[in-house]
Amino acid sequence: MFAKIGTSALFAGFAAGLIAAVLQLIFVQPVLLHAELYEAGELVHFGGTLNAVEQELPGFDAMRDGLSVLFTALIYTGYAFMLVGAMALASDRGHAVTARNGIIWGIAGYIAFHFAPAVSLPPELPGVAAADVVDRQIWWFGTVISAAIAMALIGFGSGWAAWGVAAVLLLAPHVIGAPQPEYFAGPVPPELGGEFAGRALGVGLASWAILGCFAGFFWSRAEAEG
Amino acid sequence: MTTMTATKTAAKSNTSALVGFIFAAVIGMGIVTVAGHVQADTLHDAAHDVRHATGFPCH
Repeated sequence: MFAKIGTSALFAGFAAGLIAAVLQLIFVQPVLLHAELYEAGELVHFGGTLNAVEQELPGFDAMRDGLSVLFTALIYTGYAFMLVGAMALASDRGHAVTARNGIIWGIAGYIAFHFAPAVSLPPELPGVAAADVVDRQIWWFGTVISAAIAMALIGFGSGWAAWGVAAVLLLAPHVIGAPQPEYFAGPVPPELGGEFAGRALGVGLASWAILGCFAGFFWSRAEAEG
Repeated sequence: MTTMTATKTAAKSNTSALVGFIFAAVIGMGIVTVAGHVQADTLHDAAHDVRHATGFPCH
């Protein structure tokens, strides 16, 4: 059982992670590099002159971007282990898992791991004001775990009790509230912050949908081989 | 007798799927924690851009 989960997760996670890394390098990284010009003080927002939207950005950096590809593949492999493990449990309980419905699994994973925490702690640019990192990590893990349980209850629970608990689990972290900084101190124009959050969430959705599809494909194939 | 064996097999497969899931979830969460959240300097610097792009709390 575990060999099948591990093999499927490695293939699906690594393949989806490489695609996610390319999408991030094309769509997210330029916004981050642009923001770093403000973080480093090369550009100053409201510094007396208006800064052009088009800026000369550093190009591909083999070391820095190579590490990003490596770590994206690693993180998506981690996601894949959790996703395929859950798929294995579901198919053992009689739910068919395929590449096609794997996309829905992937979107549910995206909601739990990416979207739910982003509702109160949006993807942040370097240099933005933020609360203590440990406090934010504790809130992040709590939110992810409760949203993941909510996704399972919505997917496999039946009846209003299960759905009601799911709604509470989804809403509670945001009612409690994420740790916030005491003052706003970010040097980066808000337009860049908004673009970064939008791009990070969009790329995350695409990558998770692909991950779910691959995970469903590799898992159903491994299961058919017995 | 047959029913009993069938029930036993089903119970065994349920347990092994549950154990498989827990094992996979722990490994997966472990990878995400080390690659995405541990604050050791080397790890943080290497994974910096990815942590921001993936929406993890970074600094």
